[in-house]
Amino acid sequence: MAVNKSDIEKLAELSRIDISDEAAANVAQSISEVLALVDQLQAVDTSGVSPMAHPLDAVQRLRRDEVTEPNQRETLQAMAPATEDGLYLVPRVIE
Amino acid sequence: MHTKTIAQLGKALRSKEITSVELTQHYLDRIAELDSRYNSFITVTPEIALAQAKAADERLANGDTSPLCGIPIAHKDIFCTQGVRTSCASKMLDNFIAPYDATIVENYQRAGAVMLGKTNMDEFAMGSSNETSYYGPVKNPWNTNCVPGGSSGGSAAAVAALLAPAATASDTGGSIRQPAALCGLTGIKPTYGRVSRWGMIAFASSLDQAGTLTRTAEDAALMLNTMASFDAKDSTCVDQPLEDYTTTLGDSLAGLTIGIPEEYFGEGLHPDTAKAVQAAIKTYESLGAKTRSISLPHTDLAVPAYYVIAPAECSANLSRFDGVRYGHRCDEPKDLADLYKRSRSEGFGDEVKRRILVGTYALSAGYYDAYYNKAQQVRRLIKQDFVDAFKDVDVILGPTSPSPAFEFGAKTQDPVAMYLEDIYTIATNLAGLPGLSIPCGMVDDKPVGLQLIGNYFAEGKLLNVAHQFQLATDFHQQLAPATA
Amino acid sequence: MEWEIVIGLEIHVQLATQSKIFSGASTAFGADANTQACAIDLAMPGTLPVANEEAFRYAVMFGLAMNSEIGQRSVFERKNYFYPDLPKGYQTTQLEEPIVGPGVIDIELANGETRSVRLHHAHLEEDAGKSLHEDYQGMSGIDLNRAGTPLIEIVSEPDMRSAEEAVAYLKKIHSIITYLGISDGEMSQGSMRCDANVSVRLKGEEKLGNRCEIKNINSFKFVEKAINVEAERQIEIIEDGGSIAQETRLYDADKNETRSMRSKEVANDYRYFPCPDLLPVMLDDDYIAAIKSTLPELPDAKRDRFVSEYELSAYDAGVLTTDRATADFFETTARESGEPKLAANWVMVDLAGYLNKTDTALKDCPFNAEQLAGLIRRIKDGTISGKIAKQVFEGMCNAEGNADTIIEARGLKQVSDTGALEKMVDEVIANNQAQVQNYVNADEAKRPKMLGFFVGQIMKASKGQANPQAVNEILLKKLNEQ
Repeated sequence: MAVNKSDIEKLAELSRIDISDEAAANVAQSISEVLALVDQLQAVDTSGVSPMAHPLDAVQRLRRDEVTEPNQRETLQAMAPATEDGLYLVPRVIE
Repeated sequence: MHTKTIAQLGKALRSKEITSVELTQHYLDRIAELDSRYNSFITVTPEIALAQAKAADERLANGDTSPLCGIPIAHKDIFCTQGVRTSCASKMLDNFIAPYDATIVENYQRAGAVMLGKTNMDEFAMGSSNETSYYGPVKNPWNTNCVPGGSSGGSAAAVAALLAPAATASDTGGSIRQPAALCGLTGIKPTYGRVSRWGMIAFASSLDQAGTLTRTAEDAALMLNTMASFDAKDSTCVDQPLEDYTTTLGDSLAGLTIGIPEEYFGEGLHPDTAKAVQAAIKTYESLGAKTRSISLPHTDLAVPAYYVIAPAECSANLSRFDGVRYGHRCDEPKDLADLYKRSRSEGFGDEVKRRILVGTYALSAGYYDAYYNKAQQVRRLIKQDFVDAFKDVDVILGPTSPSPAFEFGAKTQDPVAMYLEDIYTIATNLAGLPGLSIPCGMVDDKPVGLQLIGNYFAEGKLLNVAHQFQLATDFHQQLAPATA
Repeated sequence: MEWEIVIGLEIHVQLATQSKIFSGASTAFGADANTQACAIDLAMPGTLPVANEEAFRYAVMFGLAMNSEIGQRSVFERKNYFYPDLPKGYQTTQLEEPIVGPGVIDIELANGETRSVRLHHAHLEEDAGKSLHEDYQGMSGIDLNRAGTPLIEIVSEPDMRSAEEAVAYLKKIHSIITYLGISDGEMSQGSMRCDANVSVRLKGEEKLGNRCEIKNINSFKFVEKAINVEAERQIEIIEDGGSIAQETRLYDADKNETRSMRSKEVANDYRYFPCPDLLPVMLDDDYIAAIKSTLPELPDAKRDRFVSEYELSAYDAGVLTTDRATADFFETTARESGEPKLAANWVMVDLAGYLNKTDTALKDCPFNAEQLAGLIRRIKDGTISGKIAKQVFEGMCNAEGNADTIIEARGLKQVSDTGALEKMVDEVIANNQAQVQNYVNADEAKRPKMLGFFVGQIMKASKGQANPQAVNEILLKKLNEQ
């Protein structure tokens, strides 16, 4: 499946990545090549095969409901780009 | 000194021929003197190393016999190290000081190993040549015009250049085994779930597995003994009894059945690489192993399935890098969308962006069934190939990589050609099986890797099979030029 | 034209676990910003989730209470979108294989009718953090304490046809979760939140109209208002020849209107896929059966039992069992006093009135059920009259102590002493000779009605403390002697 510039714009928007107009054609080209590679999958008959999201057929272990994490705000916010009063700051969120 | 293996250095430390501080300083000096040639380290941590070495010397003085006590090692910069920059070779995390240790980092600390520093890699472990690092490419000690392989290229180059006796690494599609092959090392990727992923920055969670790069299988056994552990902090870590992998190294190979997949010797394999692998088969036969041809019919589909699954997982795993809580943030974002887009676009390199976009595509409405779901179905077929094969054979043998180290830039403009570097290694990640690469010859003065694939949790068998080969051959003893 | 409103609710309920669904950070409400957001909650690189057993236990309890199938295999998926209150850039939730499958519950309406509402499914997921819009250097502040708090999202079928039904359903869910003790259900604190999918269609029409999802409804009252105002908006548009755009809208309680949420307008593609960090959760029959055996009595069963055991009307039993604390308060009062009907009245009228007037929660009531039963016992044994009891109750509301203490302190004990009562009766007869003559001359049939005047005078003279029965007897005897 080949992708065009407008597909790339949509993917870039979904993944919050800026792709400049000049770069878009190149990116579309290289992604189309990757998709051509993965399109080999389409030829395989997989009817009746259940998808395998995980290599081992293991089961989730559940944790006991205990508070084990103390407050570490200072440590964890030490490298935050912008904070005030313990809050992370971001440009205005409009709802 | 630096030509010795971990096993040899450990003996020297325990017999007080040398102290850990001396040994550590020796490696630090070598890194300072030589690493400008290879660029194998992103961060060197001399203060930590010497403090840990001093503590190890005290333990040794008190009669500690832990095999790794006092041994300097390097960690791939994908593993979080408390108080030390953990960049994943990305501009995104250039300023990230990890507030905690990865479980495997803790395991090595507890064993008394000494951290020399953090090694270079492909950005977020995405690459097979170490050319996508924000900190620049790593050079192959065997030929500095060539790539060391990737993504664990820094760990491989550091060990091959004798800047560290061993290094940790990670493997999502071949990122330990392919650099091991290209740098003439022993590299093992254990069974998925054998080693904790806590603190290892995720690329593709269902494929990522930590492992080691060493010069011998014996050293790999020593390293893996410490790395492997059950960890309640990783839901996918398997609660399986731990083994001492050194105890079976000496087992005879008589009666061992080795499967040779015909699909691993087809088009695309360098003829001289094929020759070296064929010679290795002969060596195994001389050691008493039986070999037989097998088929892994879905081999060709491994790369296509991988390049759906790995990007899909990475597209979500890398969403957390948004410039809000840590990591790169663009200057003066004008609104929220601008914050996200500029921070991510500036912070990620081209290959990372490409994979995020491919993964986003594979998961998006209308394509999920055709791509993601289909790839996960094919993944089951690939796993089934191995399950069937292991009914008849003990290990599977083939080339690690289609050709020896290539020159810089040879594949950077052609992502698909780069992806095919991992054609023989990717299937084991999809299936979750353990795989190992050992040197088995030279082509154009560059090492060739032999891959061994084992059944689930058969790391002991793999290391045994590798060790017996190394007892019979000396490919692993060859040193890269200008390193000794 | 007659319009019909079609409503489906998505209810988010925070589960009352100690720690978060995927981390060991505390879920306590009201802590300083980001002091309960650990490395996992902040989506620090290399961190991994491990699921909380208690969240599953609570979800299974809920499913059993809803008569739903329990997903013996449930799978967490990643729902991908960027928002500052969502640190990982995806929400870990369930989609294809949720923990609770389809079910059904009955709701009772004010007119006594019952309606069934089908549950589509309920799934476990993590809550997001909060964006605070006060001005921080012209920016918003993000508090991630709430991020990772376990939620069950309860998704109904579009089975409700009025705001009243929606509120009844929401109250029923509230009642079930608080009975189970799996959530505190505090809507004001966001422990229970509701989104309403509202559409309208002409009565008799089968096809559903385009729906709007109304977010941010944080009280029972607002659910009703928001649905009605949204339905009116839609009807008006259609009647004016327009059509309804499917969209997400926000309810503004101050203006009592819904408005489009522009930020969510960008067509989202959530790219769900199974979370590779979390394996499928498998629950076996024994596990589910063990939980079933520990389920408390639920509101419907309790209501039915109150009707049969305490001979209450279905309506009263329904009111008393809406929340577990009230039901428990009633039941203790009834048992301790041996007077279930009186107990029901006192709880539903006097206690409810007091709590309502003073905006007090039952758990903060100054007296307990045993103390209320003590009051009822004093009515029963004739120590005080029902009227005096109201004064004693007031005292109890002012935290003056037990009924007995208050009766003693205020001297409210009923006068049953025959000598004292005879004296009062004599005085009333002496002071009201005209009325006495009327009484004597009146027909036998009219006399009982006239008796009330004398009783009233005596009660007045005794400040209500005269035992009415004894007063009656003495009065009759004395009047007949005239």
